[in-house]
Amino acid sequence: MSKPLLQVKGLKKYFDINGGILSRKVGEVKAVDDVSFDVYEGEVLGIVGESGCGKSTTGKTLLRLIDPTEGQVIFDGEDITTLDEEGMRKRRRDMQIIFQDPYASLNPRHKVEKILSEPLLIHGIGTKEERKKKVKEILEIVGLPGDHASRYPHQFSGGQRQRIGIARALIVNPKLIVCDEPVSALDVSIQSQILNLMEDLQEEFGLTYVFIAHDLSVVKHISDRVGVMYLGRMVELADNEDLYADPLHPYTRSLLSSVPNPDPDVKHERIILEGDVPSPSNPPSGCAFHTRCPECMAICKEVRPEFREVKDNHFVACHLYNDDETR
Amino acid sequence: MTKPVLEINNLQTHFFTDRGEIPAVDDVSFSINAGEVLGIVGESGCGKSVTSLSVMGLVPNPPGKIVGGEILFRRQEGRDKAEDLVKVSRKRLRAIRGDQIAMIFQEPMTSLDPLFTIGHQIIEAVRNHRKVTKKQARAKAVEMLKLVGIPRAEEIVDEYPHQLSGGMRQRVMIAIAMSCDPEVLIADEPTTALDVTIQAQILELMKDLNRKKGTAIMMITHDLGVVAEICDRVVVMYAGKIVEEGDVRTILKSPKHPYTQGLIRSLPKMSNRDSRLYSIPGNVPKPGSIKQGCRFAARCPEVFDRCTQENPELLNLGEGHGCRCFLYEKEGKIVNV
Ligand SMILES: Nc1ncnc2c1ncn2[C@@H]1O[C@H](COP(=O)(O)OP(=O)(O)OP(=O)(O)O)[C@@H](O)[C@H]1O
Ligand SMILES: Nc1ncnc2c1ncn2[C@@H]1O[C@H](COP(=O)(O)OP(=O)(O)O)[C@@H](O)[C@H]1O
Ligand code: SF4
Ligand code: SF4
Ligand SMILES: [Mg+2]
Ligand SMILES: [Mg+2]
Repeated sequence: MSKPLLQVKGLKKYFDINGGILSRKVGEVKAVDDVSFDVYEGEVLGIVGESGCGKSTTGKTLLRLIDPTEGQVIFDGEDITTLDEEGMRKRRRDMQIIFQDPYASLNPRHKVEKILSEPLLIHGIGTKEERKKKVKEILEIVGLPGDHASRYPHQFSGGQRQRIGIARALIVNPKLIVCDEPVSALDVSIQSQILNLMEDLQEEFGLTYVFIAHDLSVVKHISDRVGVMYLGRMVELADNEDLYADPLHPYTRSLLSSVPNPDPDVKHERIILEGDVPSPSNPPSGCAFHTRCPECMAICKEVRPEFREVKDNHFVACHLYNDDETR
Repeated sequence: MTKPVLEINNLQTHFFTDRGEIPAVDDVSFSINAGEVLGIVGESGCGKSVTSLSVMGLVPNPPGKIVGGEILFRRQEGRDKAEDLVKVSRKRLRAIRGDQIAMIFQEPMTSLDPLFTIGHQIIEAVRNHRKVTKKQARAKAVEMLKLVGIPRAEEIVDEYPHQLSGGMRQRVMIAIAMSCDPEVLIADEPTTALDVTIQAQILELMKDLNRKKGTAIMMITHDLGVVAEICDRVVVMYAGKIVEEGDVRTILKSPKHPYTQGLIRSLPKMSNRDSRLYSIPGNVPKPGSIKQGCRFAARCPEVFDRCTQENPELLNLGEGHGCRCFLYEKEGKIVNV
């Protein structure tokens, strides 16, 4: 395997909950609670998990669009959590993000031309003429006619807008792109177009992706490795094939078994979980999954399981795989 | 054979906007038998929701209006006597709605009133249609909450919608919808906003209600996995028209229409990892944007001259399998002319 481009160590993001008439801090949401993982150069690392588990917050803290509460994000050997604003601005040329809702993330009052040349301007790339040329080029690379630069976002369909979102991230020639649910809002027939485009671009430009999604079949399709989050924590991380064929964490098992399969011949047993995801402002003690886990043991309610490598390249946070503790 | 509980014939629901008349539902016909789960699938804007709103008499007017067709509803007792929901009085429609035909929506929060307790809303739903005392209605509310698997039903009945999670709110919506034992339940993307583990719970619940109470379900979804999970038969819509229909196996395993085929091939699979996904070129069209010819022609890999000039009819390929495509004209008979 190649070297890590990004190393995330003990990442935490707690949001304050303010309340009362004085708007004083009354609690905190542990949106990301001690998460560590590496992203290798040229790979696609998928991150899955249910709504509110902290995927987007993780993605945004990687780029410091949100400042982490604790932990390190080491990009290309440099801990970016210690960079000042100017240093971070420069770094962002290498680290870009694509959002779920292409409409909300594109300024409706600006022409595509302006939207796409803005990142170039921020990073002081090219002359006015060169930027114009670059915008045209990048539009064609993402499969849109170059002369569409003079149009406004509302003149495009959802899939085309996502192409513009991709073009905006790509135009500064980054190394890493955090993709936060880039195809979740798209229709199936458009989703496959965008997934294919993203794969082509990755190959052509040697990109590294952190690909966030809640759709397990999309993540299966695009990722080399997959991390599963639950309530602010990474509970399992493994190679794609390994994770889907041999999930170890009880949460991953039930998550995979819950996905309805469009092939009526594939019959599988469903592990239906009881209850709902607890609130991240008041996560359960010990293992955060213990309130819904079909295999919960006494220790699970008290001790938070460590995130450990239990097989080759297969990490899991669960007491079932901690021999020395349970014995 | 007993007649279907709901029979929709040549339904046309149009919107009258500044951009002209939009045929959101364009000559759609299908029926649902008692105890059956019928899926309606298609991409956004193809007319799924407008179809269901038409049945419920809830099409926003203006700008929308049912401009043609009939929606025949047959009650359990006296099934041969049909009422046309397009023609019945508003009063009669209100009486049927929520009682014999109930509906659940994608976003439960918009259909629950934030100002009233969960219990109040179920009690209201019951007392709108049944002569029962408040006490009986409350007991019914608790019973329904338990039936849909809400823990601490006796407490939750006095709580407000914002105190519940998305999955619990959707259960409450199902509880309300089922509280009068409807003969037909129309579910418009009931699990789209939910997580997969919660979706699995809700689908299990709906299957259970269908099996135990025999409620017919019209399941609107864009998710072919959900279709495989719960539907007996499927109708595929594209730009306001039905392009294919048949039993769930036929549609998912051996679809005939190039659109259905493309849709299924576009899906990333959980079982094996394709190197490259199939994709349908172009964009999802808006109803009315294609005036002449097959609506799928601009994206169809099989397109030929005739497709852009004439409108294909829905052909009967046997055993309830219908397909709107010129390729099958030799094998099929034209349905409903
Ligand atoms: N700015 C904020 N202030 C307070 N809480 C926040 C903020 N942003 C996120 N949260 C909370 O942090 C948790 C994680 O949120 P996040 O958006 O990362 O989830 P997610 O996994 O991306 O979910 P989804 O699948 O719905 O996009 C949630 O409980 C959310 O309510
Ligand atoms: N309130 C409305 N005003 C105008 N047009 C509408 C309205 N609601 C729906 N439509 C039209 O009807 C078409 C079908 O919409 P809908 O049934 O909601 O699609 P879906 O299949 O995604 O549920 C849309 O493409 C839109 O053009
Ligand atoms: S640590 Fe315990 S509760 Fe948590 S997933 Fe493992 S077995 Fe279940
Ligand atoms: S009628 Fe022609 S364009 Fe339409 S689906 Fe059939 S082959 Fe394709
Ligand atoms: Mg998110
Ligand atoms: Mg809809």
